[in-house]
Amino acid sequence: MRFLTILFAACAALVAAVSPARAAIEIDITRGHLNPMPVAAPDFIAAPGADPRVGQQISALVRANLERSGLFRALDQAAYIEKVVDINVQPRFADWRIINAQALIVGQTTQLPDGRVRIEFRLWDVTAEQEVFGLQYATTPENWRRIAHKISDAIYERLTGEKGYFDTRVVFVAESGPKTRRVKRLAIMDQDGANPSYLTSGDYMVLTPRFSPTAQQITYMSYESGSPRVFLFNIETGRQEVLGQFPGMTFAPRFSPDGSAVLLTLEQGGNSDIYRMDLRSRQRTRLTDNPGIDTSPSGSPDGTRIVFNSDRGGSPQLYVMNADGSDQKRISFGDGRYSTPVWSPRGDLIAFTKQTGGRFQIGVMRPDGTGERILSESYLDEGPTWSPNGRVVMFFREPRPGAGPSLFSVDLTGQNLRPVPTPTQASDPAWSPLLP
Amino acid sequence: MTFAARKYATRALALAAVASLAACAGKPKTAPVVTTPPPAAQPAQPTQPQARGPVPGSLEDFRVSVGERVFFDTDQYALTPGARATLDKQAAWLRTYQSVRIRIEGNADERGTREYNLALGARRAAAVKDYLVSLGVSTTRIETVSYGKERPLDPRTTEEAWALNRNARTALVSGLSS
Repeated sequence: MRFLTILFAACAALVAAVSPARAAIEIDITRGHLNPMPVAAPDFIAAPGADPRVGQQISALVRANLERSGLFRALDQAAYIEKVVDINVQPRFADWRIINAQALIVGQTTQLPDGRVRIEFRLWDVTAEQEVFGLQYATTPENWRRIAHKISDAIYERLTGEKGYFDTRVVFVAESGPKTRRVKRLAIMDQDGANPSYLTSGDYMVLTPRFSPTAQQITYMSYESGSPRVFLFNIETGRQEVLGQFPGMTFAPRFSPDGSAVLLTLEQGGNSDIYRMDLRSRQRTRLTDNPGIDTSPSGSPDGTRIVFNSDRGGSPQLYVMNADGSDQKRISFGDGRYSTPVWSPRGDLIAFTKQTGGRFQIGVMRPDGTGERILSESYLDEGPTWSPNGRVVMFFREPRPGAGPSLFSVDLTGQNLRPVPTPTQASDPAWSPLLP
Repeated sequence: MTFAARKYATRALALAAVASLAACAGKPKTAPVVTTPPPAAQPAQPTQPQARGPVPGSLEDFRVSVGERVFFDTDQYALTPGARATLDKQAAWLRTYQSVRIRIEGNADERGTREYNLALGARRAAAVKDYLVSLGVSTTRIETVSYGKERPLDPRTTEEAWALNRNARTALVSGLSS
């Protein structure tokens, strides 16, 4: 837990924000992008007395983040003509136009007397020859990754009009050992795979973690007590607790969108139904009462509805109900079996796992079941989770029979499929909200 | 029970014995490795064991003479005739050895999603429990658990392996005389 403590204690202080003209350069991210925006981002300058590595690492990570988004292409530094020596002087735009840069990110690090570092950057619109905006942060040098992610988010937001997702983390299940005696540990890392650490020991199996949308808290399912139970895990304190005293197996937990409750499945006598557990009062409310399997509930961001998985019609399909359990309606009617629905944080789509023709797919559909689109497919693609801006879906994949699982992300457009690095084989990713 | 399932059920006995030993590695239980289990179709006589068979009432007796796993068809939790035959023997054995308590572990193959398979495994475990209770085994002696697709008996990715992995295992948790 130590690294987290450092992270939060050292959280960046936003010193100043200047925002002159509205950017002329903009990206419409609702479309697929075969021609990502070319961006130049030279290594941040180190003011006299500052460690140049900090600025180099920050600019390298900003380039990597923007590139990974699929919306930007970071131009090779070797092609740069102008060498930026002062970020407060207007760049020679012609030099950047020649190498086809549309946006230019320049930055500087300055050592402060108290041991912290001031990090400032400016984003220039090369075509319009004007500054788009700039920001400054003061932080400890070891906090450079957070700052690089925050800078990436700020640039992404300014150029796309959407919130970013770089300053986030992913909780997942780290897997090792033979298939018949798999060790599954709860693990957490930055969204780009950096700073991985384990949250549980591996003495017992854990499955299906989910992030709280509002707090540094995880809910997951564990065999720690022998019988499968839903647990809560406070990331900051490391405290774990069983959620509620239920008379049977509890599994498939998700936080409600406001973080005040956990939706979960309770199995009694072989039958699985969905319940809501209020985290303050610890009162539980039964939401489904059906002889079929009802599981994998996920709330709409406005809190009014819940999508879930049920086989009451004969095969696993997606259903939507009101938050109180009323008005249960099937929404999936495609050719296949649908499960693990997850409501987008934007509210406009539901991501799911679909089995058809012996393959597994990740897809999205609108909450009324229309507009189904498949984003990915392999031997096993399972368990989608949304980036907090609702533009990227992460999931786990076994690309072929017998290959272990690993994490991937894909754009809502179905483009930009990328592996997400993990130290071991990995499954069940869950994306955090933007960090505070 | 389909032809295929019957075939695999026979093989499963041998595999199950090995897997169970592995699964119990952390516990102070010991049981000899079973090398040649009898065919599943052969009626066993748990209450009148052969003179040279396993010790009556032992873990080995239960595994070899009775059979600890029953198998299910794809996406099903209904008991097949073959599963009922095994459970009939389990119930008779458990009526004889009244102090033994059991945990029924429901399992699913990997061709489903994690959460749905947890629910499916729970259904299978409950189907076995209900059947044993109907045959006079007290419900207080039985606990159930689902492992979904997380504890496959056969790690391969074939129809045969999946048939083996759709099962419910009756584990003896306490009350054995030896």
